[in-house]
Amino acid sequence: MKSLKVLNHKLSDTHNQLAILEDAGLHRHASFTDKLAEMGELPLKAKGVEIFQINVGKMCNQVCKHCHVDAGPDRKEIMTVETMQLCLKVLANSTITTVDLTGGAPEMNPNFRWFVTELKKLDKHIIVRCNLTIVLANKKFNDLPEFFREHNVEVVSSLPSFTKDRTDRQRGNGVFEDSIKALQMLNAVGYGMPDSSLQLNLVYNPAGAFLPPSQQALEDEYKVELLKNYSIRFNHLYAITNMPISRYLDYLISTGNYDKYMEKLVSAFNPAAVESVMCRNTISVSWDGYLYDCDFNQMLELPVSTTDSRHLIDFDLNQLNTRDIILNQHCYGCTAGAGSSCGGAITA
Amino acid sequence: MSDHYYNADDLAKFGNIAEYQKELADKFFSYYGEVFKDSHLTAKEKSLIALAVAHAVQCPYCIDAYSTDAYEKGYSEQQMMEAVHVAAAIKGGAVLVHGVQMMNKVKEIGM
Repeated sequence: MKSLKVLNHKLSDTHNQLAILEDAGLHRHASFTDKLAEMGELPLKAKGVEIFQINVGKMCNQVCKHCHVDAGPDRKEIMTVETMQLCLKVLANSTITTVDLTGGAPEMNPNFRWFVTELKKLDKHIIVRCNLTIVLANKKFNDLPEFFREHNVEVVSSLPSFTKDRTDRQRGNGVFEDSIKALQMLNAVGYGMPDSSLQLNLVYNPAGAFLPPSQQALEDEYKVELLKNYSIRFNHLYAITNMPISRYLDYLISTGNYDKYMEKLVSAFNPAAVESVMCRNTISVSWDGYLYDCDFNQMLELPVSTTDSRHLIDFDLNQLNTRDIILNQHCYGCTAGAGSSCGGAITA
Repeated sequence: MSDHYYNADDLAKFGNIAEYQKELADKFFSYYGEVFKDSHLTAKEKSLIALAVAHAVQCPYCIDAYSTDAYEKGYSEQQMMEAVHVAAAIKGGAVLVHGVQMMNKVKEIGM
């Protein structure tokens, strides 16, 4: 399977995605900004920057059907050492506590290990969004669990189901089996184990056109099933809603599910989730150093509103701390039901 | 009134029944919400029961709602179909067990 970009698919142009989301002016789905205006939450303001999420590249060993990055082996956008150095410079001079590394498969960036080592010297909490199969994709990645342990990295990994069928349908054939092996390797070095400080968190996202169920109920079930069937332990499960953008948008449209999915997101709008949406305490950095409110806005090429601070070179934390968040219809994905963020549900 | 009895869009209008009788609707929806919460049975288990019952009572709205809900909650296609077979077995059994009544009557009146 190739990326939308390499296929020259019309949705690889973000203008086309935005035109669909904005409904070509038909307004069949209530406007997200109108919803926030009704609540008196417009403009939606950032409340500081605690999380610095860096997308170190779009290259990935997997081609998942729901991927909002349109990542895959054919994507060549990779963060350079120079841009990583800019990240380090910004972080060294800031109070930001957490660095969240994502991709693609972040480990495929040739400077990934150097970058993690340098970040650790800044005493930041580091999260790596590891797709698990990368650990087995090549011999050179087999020691990633040890590397993560040595740098006390928090590992966050997607596993959309504790069954092979649903996992492979979303993430590709053989992914479940390799994911299980990688989880066992992480457990073997102490990740997710009782009395261990090494955090291993899993991510559930729906394998289809529906919303996640109760995060707590899922976590309880995953814990029972993974322990019983594969002797796997982990800390927490994050239930994340699929955003109607990029490859997932393509899936929704091509299966005739787009309108119903949007209706579902709109009707499940939860005002309580607005308070804690992740864009309010996160800044997202692209592989080429530009700044966004979240990874989704990054993929839609919707830059931060601070026109004087849109790149690492011009990084101004004071401005970014109180910036207006850029909103669009996909934002319904973060406010539906229990809400959704890179750390899972955001309301009880 | 449309020219057919069932309309998928009507499912989302279920709450509108309160327009004609609010007090009873409020009580019903409050009760309904309580029924489906995690308790001695999990919400997930209740969803599968609801799916089977939806088929037994042949309610298209309920089948729509609980096919989605049961799948969202993680049941596989095979598990969901087995639940439908449970409903079918009970319905089929309910017909057939009345065959005993028929036999009793025939034995009563026959020579």
